[in-house]
Amino acid sequence: MPNTKRRRLVTTAVVVTLGATALAACGSSDDDSGAESGPVSLTYWTWTPGMDKVVDLWNKGPGKKDQITVTVKKQASGDTLVTKILTAHKAGKAPDLVQAEYQALPTLVSNDALADIGKNVGDAKSKFAGGVWQQTTLGTDAVYAVPQDIGPMMFYYRADLFKKYGLSVPATWEQFAETARALKKKAPDVDLTTFSANDSGLFAGLAQQAGAQWWTTSGTTWKVGINDTATKKVADFWGGLVEEGALDNQPMYTPAWNKALNTGQQIAWVSAVWAPGTLTTAAPDTKGKWAMAPLPQWSSGENVTGSWGGSSTGVTTDSKHKEAAAKFAAWLNTDDEALQALAKESGIYPAATNAQTSGAFTTAPDYFSTQPEFYALASKIAKTTAPSAWGPNVNVAYTTFKDAFGAAAKNKSDFSAALDTMQADTVADMKKQGFEVSE
Amino acid sequence: MTSARRTSYGVKGAPYAFLFPAAILFALFFALPIGYAVWLSFHKVKVSGLGLGTGARKEVWAGLENYTDSLTDSELLAGALRVLGYGCIVVPVMLGLALVFALMLDSEKVRLAPFTRLAIFLPYAIPGVVAALLWGFLYLPSVSPFYYVLDALGLPQPDLLDGGPLYGALSNIAVWGGTGFNMIVIYTALQAIPAEVYEAAKLDGATPLQIALRIKIPMVAPSLVLTFFFSIIATLQVFNEPTTIKPLTNSVSTTWSPLMKVYQDAFGKGDIYQAAAEATIIALATLVLSFGFLRAANRRNKRNVGQGGAR
Repeated sequence: MPNTKRRRLVTTAVVVTLGATALAACGSSDDDSGAESGPVSLTYWTWTPGMDKVVDLWNKGPGKKDQITVTVKKQASGDTLVTKILTAHKAGKAPDLVQAEYQALPTLVSNDALADIGKNVGDAKSKFAGGVWQQTTLGTDAVYAVPQDIGPMMFYYRADLFKKYGLSVPATWEQFAETARALKKKAPDVDLTTFSANDSGLFAGLAQQAGAQWWTTSGTTWKVGINDTATKKVADFWGGLVEEGALDNQPMYTPAWNKALNTGQQIAWVSAVWAPGTLTTAAPDTKGKWAMAPLPQWSSGENVTGSWGGSSTGVTTDSKHKEAAAKFAAWLNTDDEALQALAKESGIYPAATNAQTSGAFTTAPDYFSTQPEFYALASKIAKTTAPSAWGPNVNVAYTTFKDAFGAAAKNKSDFSAALDTMQADTVADMKKQGFEVSE
Repeated sequence: MTSARRTSYGVKGAPYAFLFPAAILFALFFALPIGYAVWLSFHKVKVSGLGLGTGARKEVWAGLENYTDSLTDSELLAGALRVLGYGCIVVPVMLGLALVFALMLDSEKVRLAPFTRLAIFLPYAIPGVVAALLWGFLYLPSVSPFYYVLDALGLPQPDLLDGGPLYGALSNIAVWGGTGFNMIVIYTALQAIPAEVYEAAKLDGATPLQIALRIKIPMVAPSLVLTFFFSIIATLQVFNEPTTIKPLTNSVSTTWSPLMKVYQDAFGKGDIYQAAAEATIIALATLVLSFGFLRAANRRNKRNVGQGGAR
């Protein structure tokens, strides 16, 4: 019976091969954070442009000395990468180092994807503002990432058109509303700005400025306060302006929005420190006509801002060389040479406080050449960033925001009802996952 | 005796041996992923405490919870209704145009047939996302050349990305992209009709219109069924166009079509279990609808044949 035998052999071979593959897939989650020895090579997932050049500095300098080589794998930005990291982590194959936005850290930690690197980052804490560092600890004793860049929010406006329409720069949100109405009277076709529902980070930052604390903990219970008084105030303020037609209600980052900024149909933008980069591509014809001011305040004399964007470098629990990876993360975000390179190659605004006023940040961005004190002012504003409070399902709150506020902006209907939807969906999702939640 | 048995055994086993590679591929890349998705749909995540740190998350059995959640979720149903409305525009318009174009190309008097055929087919070669982007730009009032012309002529400028017109706008993208493909399928069937059929019809005094209505359309009915079948499936799976148009307007939500909701739940909210349940429901609905249609069409065909024989 040679035939059957051979067939059996083939079948067995296939089964063995499949089994081996399955075993290999399961077996790679061993954890060894023991002493490092010999050359180490690390993989780093990031979306920052030009990061490979910055990493080259490490590989040729301190990395060469310590025999730690880092390879950059360019990724899609923000939430897309979070999903990818979680999927890779499920298979036990996450890279050693990842870039993550601050609001994504609780989600990643909750999925046990990020390692505590508190022991390995040395005195990194002293290089950052307290509010920024606190976001990487999630209020615990652990450290889950090293801050890289931040996005303190500011008010951008067309200086020339403000002059033309006889407007003054609003210092409070009350004045902001007055300015929007005054502009509508003078030029009905022109809007001060738009309320855009397609970037949840903007609204989160505005709520943060007003003192909102969306996620807080007490004991083992999460408290979700998305529709708290502070956020309600922000929602009603913008909802009112949209309803009375004082502001536009169309989304940002569309060809229509670019055109509105470029042709002076919209003459201001509530944004963050990275806005010059966006304006350069969105409104190339208006170079040198914009100016930056602190964000309007809720009561005069206050000095608070929110943040929109910003990210950190974390080490995954799947990494076999956590110590080496943490060493690199600390170097990347605190070393002077690295920070200079990050500013030059990637155009990021550093989280490390001493880097905010040195090197590339001693002169204003090209687009804002008429405002030489741009970065000095930015650094001052960055220090006034309100504390933020992120929770384990920011992604759910953010997607609900887009749909609920998108519909409310379109229909010019009640924004606080949309806010209640956001709260309800976020709480429902947490309860479904088994979190203890109080509202 | 042994040798005889051996050969007969070998012949019997041959089909299995030939099937083996296909079966392996089927199992690995079709049955296994589907099975895994179904398995996921019966599970959920259970968090303990604050949900931070190691071991805070466990995968537990959920029973039918994900399914009941999906079926009672008004957003999934609303999405299905939106797609139904969209399908009611896309399928008749697209197939109607495809049939008319195919008949026109097949008529004797047409000139430049190869060029026209290519011109109508060409949009099908354009990737769906590119087509949606292209049309999206044309729909946006402040950047669209159409609006510029309307403005210059002093005509009203409708907002195509809102309310009822939005369905028309989205359907238009699908019709523009899909008509050519369906036309080719029908046209090929028309070419296969033997010339003597037409000759007989002409001798009987049939006009070109009568030939088209009484001979051509009934004879390409199987192709029409096929294109209808494909169009239903494509409609139920609509994803590209609304997803690409989404950033341009507040009117398209992230859960506009059922598939977008699956995507949103899996990759926006990170709940792959819920998404797996929704995907399973959509797959079942697609299966029931499309095969239900096929069976209905087959039964009608058979009945027609039976009646023809009796007459």
